[in-house]
Amino acid sequence: MSENKIHHAPEGLPAVQMQGVHKWYGEFHVLKNINLDVARGERIVICGPSGSGKSTMIRCINRLEEHQKGHIVVDGTELTNDVKNIEIIRREVGMVFQHFNLFPHLTVLENCTLAPIWVRKMPRAEAEEIAMHYLEKVRIPDQANKYPGQLSGGQQQRVAIARSLCMSPRIMLFDEPTSALDPEMIKEVLDTMIELAETGMTMLVVTHEMGFAKTVADRVVFMDGGEIIEVNEPHEFFNNPQHERSQLFLSQILQH
Amino acid sequence: MSEGKTDYIPGQYPDLPPPITEVGVVGWLRQNLFSNWWNTGLTFLGLYLVYLIFVPLIQWAIIDADWVGDSREACTSGGACWVFIRVRLDQFLYGFYPVGEQWRVNMTGLLLAATIAWLTVPKIPGKRYAGLFALVIFPVIAYLLLSGGSFGLEPVETTLWGGLMLTLILALVGIVAAFPLGILLALGRRSKMPIVRALSVAFIELWRGVPLITVLFMSSVMLPLFLPEGVNFDKLLRALIGIVLFQSAYIAEVVRSGLQAIPKGQYEAADALGLSYWKKMGLIILPQALKLVIPGIVNTFNELFKDTTLVMIIGLLDLLAIIKAALEDPNWLGYSIEGYTFAGLVFWLFCFGMSRYSMAIERKLHTGHKR
Repeated sequence: MSENKIHHAPEGLPAVQMQGVHKWYGEFHVLKNINLDVARGERIVICGPSGSGKSTMIRCINRLEEHQKGHIVVDGTELTNDVKNIEIIRREVGMVFQHFNLFPHLTVLENCTLAPIWVRKMPRAEAEEIAMHYLEKVRIPDQANKYPGQLSGGQQQRVAIARSLCMSPRIMLFDEPTSALDPEMIKEVLDTMIELAETGMTMLVVTHEMGFAKTVADRVVFMDGGEIIEVNEPHEFFNNPQHERSQLFLSQILQH
Repeated sequence: MSEGKTDYIPGQYPDLPPPITEVGVVGWLRQNLFSNWWNTGLTFLGLYLVYLIFVPLIQWAIIDADWVGDSREACTSGGACWVFIRVRLDQFLYGFYPVGEQWRVNMTGLLLAATIAWLTVPKIPGKRYAGLFALVIFPVIAYLLLSGGSFGLEPVETTLWGGLMLTLILALVGIVAAFPLGILLALGRRSKMPIVRALSVAFIELWRGVPLITVLFMSSVMLPLFLPEGVNFDKLLRALIGIVLFQSAYIAEVVRSGLQAIPKGQYEAADALGLSYWKKMGLIILPQALKLVIPGIVNTFNELFKDTTLVMIIGLLDLLAIIKAALEDPNWLGYSIEGYTFAGLVFWLFCFGMSRYSMAIERKLHTGHKR
C-alpha cells in the first residue's frame, strides 16, 4: 500500500528542524526567526507568557498555521505548499488540543478508529483492536461506546490523546493540554502524558505546568514576543535562567 | 440541637417524591392552565372559542355531510358535499393519465411507499442498499413505468400527468436533486478557491433574487425562444430544472448556516489527523452541520412542496390546479369550499408527516449534553 512507502529520515537526523521561520498575521509579526532542532525521542516543553507565539509555533509543525519564511522539515519531509507533503506530515504528527476537539457525533471508539480506517486504510477490526489498546493505556476502555459529551473534561482529553496515538505518530504535539481542565483533572492527563514520554515518543508540549516540565522535559524552550529567548536544560532553566525575561517570567509564575 | 451549632450529618435527608399537586395531570393542569385568575380566565375563554369554531365545523364536515352518490343531486342535507371529491378523485390523483394505465401510477406509488419505509423504519435492515436503491434504481423504474414507451408499455405524454401524482413528482425530484446541489453550493461558498467561491456566490444570489414564479415563466415561455429550431424539451422537465436550481440556492444558505456553527477546532482536529478535504467534510463537518440545520432544511422542503402549486401558471395541472379546474365544471359549481378543504388537507398531511419525521431524526441524532 502506498501509505507504507513513506521514507523516514535516517535516525541521526532531527525529528523536527525549524530554520529561520517567520510568520505574520496580516501586519502582525507573530514568529520571528525561529530556529529549533528537536531530536528523535526528545521531550521539549515550550513556555512563555500568553501571546508569545508558543501555540502558533507548534501549529506550524503540522501546517495548521502557514509560515511565510524559513524552512520546517518534519521527519525528513519539508513543509511546502505541496498538499502531498502536508498529508504525509499530518499522518506522522499527532496533536492534542486545549479544547480536546473530539468529534461529538461519534462515539469514543469511533473517534479513535476514524483516521486509521479512512487515512491509513486499516481494516475496521484491526483499527478497533488498536483503539481499545490505547484506550486501555489511557485507562478508559469502559467508556468506548459513550459519546464525548457524556465524559468529563479529563476523560475527554485522555480520549483525545488515545485518538492521536491510534495513528501511530512519530511526533506528538500538545497545545496547552491541561489549560481547559478543572484542577482535579489535570493530574490524570499529566500522568498519561508522562507515561507516553516514558515510551520514547518525541513530544513538543506547550504548557504552563512547570512541574511537568521539571520531571519530563529534556529541554525547555522559553518564548516571548514571537522569539525564542532561551533554550535550556530544565534544571538550569528553573534554577539559573540565563535571560532577564526568563527570570521575570519565572518569578511571576513561581511566586505563589 | 443547641443554638449556634449546626450538627449536620451528611445523608440525613433522603430523596422524597415531590408533592402530588406538582406532578402528573393535576400538577400539569395547575401549572399550565389554572396557575392564577388571569390564566384561569384565559383557559375558559379558549375553551369557549374552541367550542364556537369546532362544533359547527364538525357539524358541517362530518355529521351533516353527504358521502354517497354520483351527482350534485345527492347533496341535499346542507353539510359538506364530499360526493364531489369522490366523483372526481381519480382525476385529483392521476390528472389525465389514461384510466387503463393508472395501475402504473399505483405501482410506482406502492414502490415509493416501500422505498420510503425501507429508508426510514429503523427495524428494516440493509440501509446502505436502501439509499442506493432510492437514489438510482427507483427513479429509473419510476420513469420507465410512468412515461412508458419500452417493455411493451404504452407511452404516456407528460402533458397528461397531473393531480397529486404530479405534485409528488415535482416535490420529490425537487427535494432529492436540490439537496446535494445545495450542499455543494454551500461548500463552494466557503471554499478557499476564489473562482469556486465567486461562482457559488453568484449562482446563489442570482436564484435567490428571483421569484419562483418568474423562474417558471422563464422556463416555459422564454427558454424556448433561445433554443435552436426543432429543439424542444418537455415542459415538465423544464419546470423541474427551474425548481431544483431555485431551491438549491435556498438549501445552500441553510447548510452554510450550519457549517458556520461548527467550531474551528473540529476542522483543525480533522486536519491534524490527516483527513483530506472531502473526508473531513463528509465524515466530520457535514454530519454535524446538517444535524444542526434539520429544522431549516425541513422548512425549505415544506416550502418547496407547497410552492409546486405555482406550476399552475405555466399550465401544468398539479393537485391544486386540477381541483380548481374541476370547480369550473358547470355540474359542480358552488362546491369550492369542499375542493379547497380537500386540497389543504392533503398538503397538510404531507407537510405534517415531514415535520414529524424530522423531529424523530433530531431525537435520534442527539448524542450528549454539550458539544
